[in-house]
Amino acid sequence: MSRGQIAMGEKGVTLQSTLPEGEKEFVLLRELVSHLRGNRTQLREEWARRITQTQLLTAMSQEEIFAEATSVYDNYVEALETGTLEALQAYARNLSERIIPRGVETHEVVGIVLLLRDVLARSLFSKYRSDFALLNRILDAYEPAANRIANTVAVGFVQERERIIREQQEAIRGLSTPVLQVRERLLILPIIGAIDPQRARQLTEQLLGAIRTNRAKVVVIDITGVVAIDTNVANHLVQTVEASRLLGARVIVTGLSPKIAQTLVTIGVDLSKMNTVGDLQGGIEEAERLLSYKVAPGDAPEELT
Amino acid sequence: MEVPILKQGPYLIASIQSALADADLVQFRDALVEKVGRFRSRGVIVDVTVLDVMDSFATRTLRDLSQMIRLRGAETVIVGIQPEVAFAMVQLGLRLEGVGTALDLEEGLAFLNRMTRIGD
Repeated sequence: MSRGQIAMGEKGVTLQSTLPEGEKEFVLLRELVSHLRGNRTQLREEWARRITQTQLLTAMSQEEIFAEATSVYDNYVEALETGTLEALQAYARNLSERIIPRGVETHEVVGIVLLLRDVLARSLFSKYRSDFALLNRILDAYEPAANRIANTVAVGFVQERERIIREQQEAIRGLSTPVLQVRERLLILPIIGAIDPQRARQLTEQLLGAIRTNRAKVVVIDITGVVAIDTNVANHLVQTVEASRLLGARVIVTGLSPKIAQTLVTIGVDLSKMNTVGDLQGGIEEAERLLSYKVAPGDAPEELT
Repeated sequence: MEVPILKQGPYLIASIQSALADADLVQFRDALVEKVGRFRSRGVIVDVTVLDVMDSFATRTLRDLSQMIRLRGAETVIVGIQPEVAFAMVQLGLRLEGVGTALDLEEGLAFLNRMTRIGD
């Protein structure tokens, strides 16, 4: 923002004398900007060449890199000139939105902005190499602005990434887990996908709430759609079973794949209290037996114990 | 704070009305075990619906109570544990092993009927 204030000082005649230092800096910056504008084509090409050379942005084609490089370059120079970062921020967000889905990594974005900074600094070195004092003053004006710009772009990118991740997490959580009633007092909880502690917690809370509202006696948890299981998840299953029992509901776990069964045995989770049945169909049949429904003609209904 | 213990046919129904201090819990346990003998009860229902916290002492007391009552020849069922309480209990590793649990009073009665074969 300080540069914006200086720009105003330059216009207001009264402020001009009170800001001699800032004034000088502003003149330097203006010279810098006109230098960057004047050598736009050459510097831009140099930058694009360096990007390709260092193998950044490999997910994008040569033309795309050049097109983006042009816009970034212009935005960069504009940010240097005006000292306001809003336009650049907006552009960085927009850019991130476009390139994140294509798999561009954070280090690449930071890398290209730093490359641009280096390319521009080099051009300044070569232009002012005869006058070291002037070069120093030019760099004094250039470096803080350039660093702030690099910072802005990187932060914009990371924020955009985090926003996307948050959105996706929300989406996954939304389609997380329905608790379904299939019969009077019989609930089914099909679990699909990976389970993290947060989801496991949410799952249990939902299930316990559903047991109370539906007055469920038996719950079938189907984990056919769970790819892998670890100690935490297994323990959480045990906890869920125990908590359901405290509410007076029995839990049947179905759909343990051979791999999961092997994992459970290997990590030695105590599943002795767990009622497991091969598949969902078997689980529902077992549940109906527990509920004393008649499953098939001739079967005597068994007592609930 | 005393817990009212009501006789209902062959069963005793104890409905906890508010959070209990440790001493009250012990007193409740002893009173209940004593009454099981006096009324020759076959089953006991302990209603904990109003409790929004169940600590380790309460859990252990309920477990002890259930075992003592079994030794006196009756069955026990705890009813009305809230979902949040159940979740907190398993997270804290508080187990009610070997203790019957049911959703509410009605389910508790059905549970005792099954366990004691009354009403067959």
